[in-house]
Amino acid sequence: MKFTLNIWRQPDAVTAGKIHTYELDEVSEDMSFLEMLDVLNEDLNAKGEEPVAFDSDCREGICGSCGLMINGEAHGPEVTTTCQLHMRSFKDGDSITIEPWRADAFPVVKDLVVDRGAFDRIIQQGGYISVNTGAAPDAHATPVPKDKADRAFDVATCISCGACVAACPNGSASLFVGAKITHLGELPQGQAERDTRVVNMVAQHDHEGFGGCTNIGECTAACPKEIPLDVISRLNWDLHAALRHGK
Amino acid sequence: MPDTTNTFDASHTGRLDDEYDDAAGYYVDGDPIADTKAPGGPLEERWDTRQFEARIANPANRRRLSVIVVGTGLAGASAAATLGEAGYVVKSFCYQDSPRRAHSIAAQGGINAAKNYKGDGDSVFRLFYDTIKGGDYRARESNVYRLAQVSRNIIDQCVAQGVPFAREYGGLLDNRSFGGVQVSRTFYARGQTGQQLLIGAYQALERQVAAGTVKCYTRHEMVELIVVDGRARGIIVRDLVTGEIETYFADVVVLANGGYGNVFFLSTNAMGSNVTASWRAHRKGAYMANPCYTQIHPTCIPVSGAHQSKLTLMSESLRNDGRIWVPKNKADCDKDPRDIPEEDRDYYLERIYPAFGNLVPRDIASRQAKNMCDEGRGVGPEVEGVRRGVYLDFEEAIGRLGRDAIENKYGNLFDMYARITGEDPYSVPMRIYPAVHYVMGGLWVDYDLQSTIPGLFVTGEANFSDHGANRLGASALMQGLADGYFVLPNTIRDYLAEGPFEKVAEDDPAVVEAQESVRSRIHQLMNTNGTRSVDSYHRELGNIMWEYCGMERSADGLKKAIDLIRTLKQDFWRNVKVLGAAETMNQSLERAGRVADFFELGELMCLDALNRRESCGGHFRAESQTEDGEALRHDDTYAYVAAWEWAGADEKPVLHKENLTYEFVEMKQRSYK
Amino acid sequence: MAVSGLIFIGFVLTHMYGNLKAFGGHDSFNEYAHHLREFGEPILPHEGALWIIRLALIVSLVVHVACAVALWRRAAKARSVKYVVKKSKASSLSSRTMRWGGVTLLVFIVWHLLNFSIGKINVQGGATDDPYNLMVDSFDVWWLTAIYLVAMVALGMHLHHGTFSAAQTLGLTNNDKARRNAKAAGALLAVVIAGGFSLVPIFVLAGVITK
Repeated sequence: MKFTLNIWRQPDAVTAGKIHTYELDEVSEDMSFLEMLDVLNEDLNAKGEEPVAFDSDCREGICGSCGLMINGEAHGPEVTTTCQLHMRSFKDGDSITIEPWRADAFPVVKDLVVDRGAFDRIIQQGGYISVNTGAAPDAHATPVPKDKADRAFDVATCISCGACVAACPNGSASLFVGAKITHLGELPQGQAERDTRVVNMVAQHDHEGFGGCTNIGECTAACPKEIPLDVISRLNWDLHAALRHGK
Repeated sequence: MPDTTNTFDASHTGRLDDEYDDAAGYYVDGDPIADTKAPGGPLEERWDTRQFEARIANPANRRRLSVIVVGTGLAGASAAATLGEAGYVVKSFCYQDSPRRAHSIAAQGGINAAKNYKGDGDSVFRLFYDTIKGGDYRARESNVYRLAQVSRNIIDQCVAQGVPFAREYGGLLDNRSFGGVQVSRTFYARGQTGQQLLIGAYQALERQVAAGTVKCYTRHEMVELIVVDGRARGIIVRDLVTGEIETYFADVVVLANGGYGNVFFLSTNAMGSNVTASWRAHRKGAYMANPCYTQIHPTCIPVSGAHQSKLTLMSESLRNDGRIWVPKNKADCDKDPRDIPEEDRDYYLERIYPAFGNLVPRDIASRQAKNMCDEGRGVGPEVEGVRRGVYLDFEEAIGRLGRDAIENKYGNLFDMYARITGEDPYSVPMRIYPAVHYVMGGLWVDYDLQSTIPGLFVTGEANFSDHGANRLGASALMQGLADGYFVLPNTIRDYLAEGPFEKVAEDDPAVVEAQESVRSRIHQLMNTNGTRSVDSYHRELGNIMWEYCGMERSADGLKKAIDLIRTLKQDFWRNVKVLGAAETMNQSLERAGRVADFFELGELMCLDALNRRESCGGHFRAESQTEDGEALRHDDTYAYVAAWEWAGADEKPVLHKENLTYEFVEMKQRSYK
Repeated sequence: MAVSGLIFIGFVLTHMYGNLKAFGGHDSFNEYAHHLREFGEPILPHEGALWIIRLALIVSLVVHVACAVALWRRAAKARSVKYVVKKSKASSLSSRTMRWGGVTLLVFIVWHLLNFSIGKINVQGGATDDPYNLMVDSFDVWWLTAIYLVAMVALGMHLHHGTFSAAQTLGLTNNDKARRNAKAAGALLAVVIAGGFSLVPIFVLAGVITK
C-alpha cells in the first residue's frame, strides 16, 4: 500500500510547528499504524532527516502512551488505541493527516509528543484511597456487590491516554476525571474521601486549563476503552452532593 | 500446568562428567558467594526474625534520609509509595511520561496469593512448594517462602486501595486456577490484572507526591550509577525532553527497572523496556545472576512481517479448549487450514504427550512449536524463508460447547486476535507462536534485596531472586508487589539506620568520572555518523539471540552467537547513525544507548547459557536431554546461582557461584509424558 | 446552567400552552393574556405574579448566558491551536450548535419582546393594544412567520441537547437507561415545544386563524 502522510513536525515546545508531507510506499496492511511510522522513520533516517517523534510503549493497547489525531479522529477510525490500529483500516493511496493531541493543558513537547502531566496532577488531588501499606484489613472483611465491583472495574480500565480531551470540542477532561470518581465512588473503600476527592480533582482539572463539559459525547466515542458518558453524570452528582455537604 | 512430578534420582541419570566446561576460556572462576542475610531456623519464622533484627531508622531521622527509586512498575511504585509513607525523602524516576505507564500494566492473567479463600487446600507452604518446583529447584527456599507469606498481605492492601478484583455474586473475591496448579489461588481483574494493580500502586504513589514525600521525575532515564566509597549514592539521568544530563544523590538507590526481554528485539515487553539501569549497575560492581533464564510464552500472535515491532501475548488459558496442530505434510502449509482434512493434521502435543496434550508446560509447548516450524511444517506467512506459526484450533470446542460459551470465555482474546491479524478466529484457526515474555535472571540480591554494591537494592523482575529457572503463571505481579510493599521497606531500613551518610561532593572524582563517561558515550553515539539505524542493529541482535539463545541452546550455537554479537557490537560503535541533537528529545539516541547495553547483556546471557550445561526451567540445552528429548537437569553440578561479575570491557567475566540447598523440599525431575 | 435551562423549559411549555389558546379564538386568547396580569390577586398586586416570573426569567437568562460565555471562553483557551483536520464522530448537530443556536435565540428573544411585549410593533401598522389581533397581524406577514419558524428550529435543537445535557449536569443520568431516557426526553420536548409554537404562526399564515 502507498500513503501520503501529512505530519505535524515541531522541533520543541517553543518553536512553531507545521505540517510536512511524506510519501510512503510498500506499507503492508498487517502493519500497525505505529509500525507504519517506524518504517517512515527508518526511511527518514536513511535520507538523513530526523525521524518523527511519537510516544508509544506497550503497543498492546494498555499503557496509554500512544495517541495521535489521525485524519481528525483521536486514535483514528477504529475504537482502539493508535498502536492497535492497523493499516488495513485505510485504503491504498489514502492521504493521512497526523497531528498531536491539541489542548493547552497538553503542551506539545516535540512533533507528535505531548505532555500529559496534568493527568497525574489531577490524580494527586484525590484520585486514590488513603491507606498506608500494611494498614489494610483482610480482603474479605468488606464484601462488595458484584454489580458495583464490575462497574468499578469497567470505568477503572481508563488508560489515561488523553483521547477524550483530544476529541472534546471544549478540550475538557471530564471523562477522565469522571472515570476515576466513579471507580472509587462505587467501592465501599472509597466512600470516606468521596466528597473531598471530587471537589479537589475538579478544582485541579479546571486549574490545569481543561475546558468545561457540555455533554457533547465526542469523548466517549473516541475512548479506546469505551468509558461511558454516565461517569460524567456521576461526577456531577458527587460534586453537587459534596457542595451540599459544605466541602 | 498439571502436576506430575515423578521422583527421579538425578544422581544416576543426570550425572555429568566433570570434564564438561563448555564456557572454558570465556570466563574466570571467582569465589563462591553466599546470601548472608537470610536467617536460619524454621522456614516460617525466618521473615519475622529478619524483620525483627533489621534495624529501624529513627522516625525523626527519616526526613533526612533519601531514597532514589528507578522504575515505577509494580515493584517501583509500591516501594516508592511505601517509603514515602514511612517518611523518607523519595525521588522516583521513570522514562515514561507518567509512572502509570510502566509495563506491569500489560500483565493480563492474575496474581497469586495463598489466601485459601476457596478452602481447596491451599496454604503458604503449598504456594512455596509450587514456586520452588515451578522454578525447577533453582530458587532459594527462604526467599520463596517469604514471598508466599506476604502474598496474602498484598491482596488485603490492594483491595483497600480500591483495586476492582473480580467478585462472586456474594460480594467476595473470586479466584481461578492458573497455569495448571491444582488450587484456585489467582486473584484477577478480568484480563487486566496488571493494569489494575499498577493503577493502585500509582495512586498510592501520587498520594505521596501530593503529601510531599515523593518527587516524580517522568521522562528521565537512568544512564549511570554513582558509587562513592563502595556505596551506591546516586544516579545520573538524562532528561528525555531537554536532553540534559542531571545528577541526583541519595542515601540509597533502588532499581526497579523491570526485565530485559527486549534483548531479543521482539518480545512481549514494551518498546522502551531496557536493561540500561541494571547494566550500568552491573558495570559498577553489581553481579548479574542467571541472565540466561528466559521465559518464553507459547501463545503469542506470530510475526506477520519484517516490520514487526513487538509481539502480543494471549492468555495461555486458550490452551484449555484450543487444540494445537500443524499439517502432516509440508505441502499443506500454505493451504487454507479449513481445507486440510482431519487425517492430514498433526496434533503434535496430543501425540507426543498423550497424558497432558495441549496443557503441557509453557517451555515444552514452546519448544515443540519451534521444532514443528524448524521441520518446515509451520504455518502462516513466510518471514525470512520460514513459516513461524502453529494452529490453535477452536473448531472442536465450538462444536462441543457452542460458540456462545467460547465467546464468553475468550471473547476479548478473540477480538484482540482479530484486530491484530484481521482474521476471524471463530471460523479460521488461530495462529500462535512462542515469544519472549519474562526473564527470571537479573541482578543478584541477598535476602534483603541488596545487590553486591552496598546501598543498591533491586526489586521486581530486575532482580533474580524468587522464580528460579522458571516462573509460575500469575507470580510476577505477586513478586513485584511483595518486594515493593512489604519486603524492601522492611529490609532497607536496616541499611538506612546507618545513615544519613556523608553528603557527596559534586566534584567527587567518582561523580565527575560518571558524568564524563555518560557525556562521552552520548557524544560518541551522536558523532559516529555511520550508515545503519539503531533499530536495524537491535533487530539483528534480536535475531542472533532468538536463534542461538532462545528456546533451545547448544554449545556450538552459543559460541557462535558470542562471536556474532561481538562483531555486531564493534560494527555498531563504528557505523551507527543517530540523527538530531543530544540536547533535545531524541528517541533514536535513547534507543541507541539501550541497544549498546543490550549487546553486552546478550553476550553475558550466551555465556551463562553456555556455562550451564543442563536443561532447567526456561533454559534448554540441546546437550542435556533425555532420550525422549525432554529437559534433563543436573542437580549435582548446577544447583547453584551463577552470579557474574563485570571485570572490564575487554576482560572475561568472573563467575561466582551461590550454592542452593534444599532443606524443606526434595529435588525432583519433572516428567509430563 | 442546567437549572436555568430547566426553568426555561418550564416557561416555554407554559408559553406554548398560552399560544395554543389562539385556536380558541379572539376572546379565549385575550382572556388568557389578561388573566396573566391578574394572576395571584388579591394577595399580590396587579401584575405581581407576572413580574415575579419575569424577574425569575431575567435572572435565569443572565445566569444561563453568563455560564455559556464562561464555557465558551474556557473552551477557546483550552485549545488555542486548532486541528488542521477534525471530525465529529458521535456528537449530534444540536450539541455542536448550542452556542450559535443560543445566540440566535437571544437575538430572537429581543425581537420577540419588541414585537409583542415591550415594543408592541405591528408591522402591518394596525392596532397594538389587542394581543390577539397583534398576533394575527404579525403572522399574516410571511417573512415574520419565517423568522419565527427559523427560531423554533433553533429552539428545538437547543432543547434537544439542552434537556439531556441538563440531566447530565444534574447527575441524573448515571446509567445507560437513564441516559437513553434523558435523550428521548430531549427529543420529545424539542418536537412538542418547537412544534407547538410553530402551529399558530403556520395556521395564521394559512388563513385558518383570522381576526
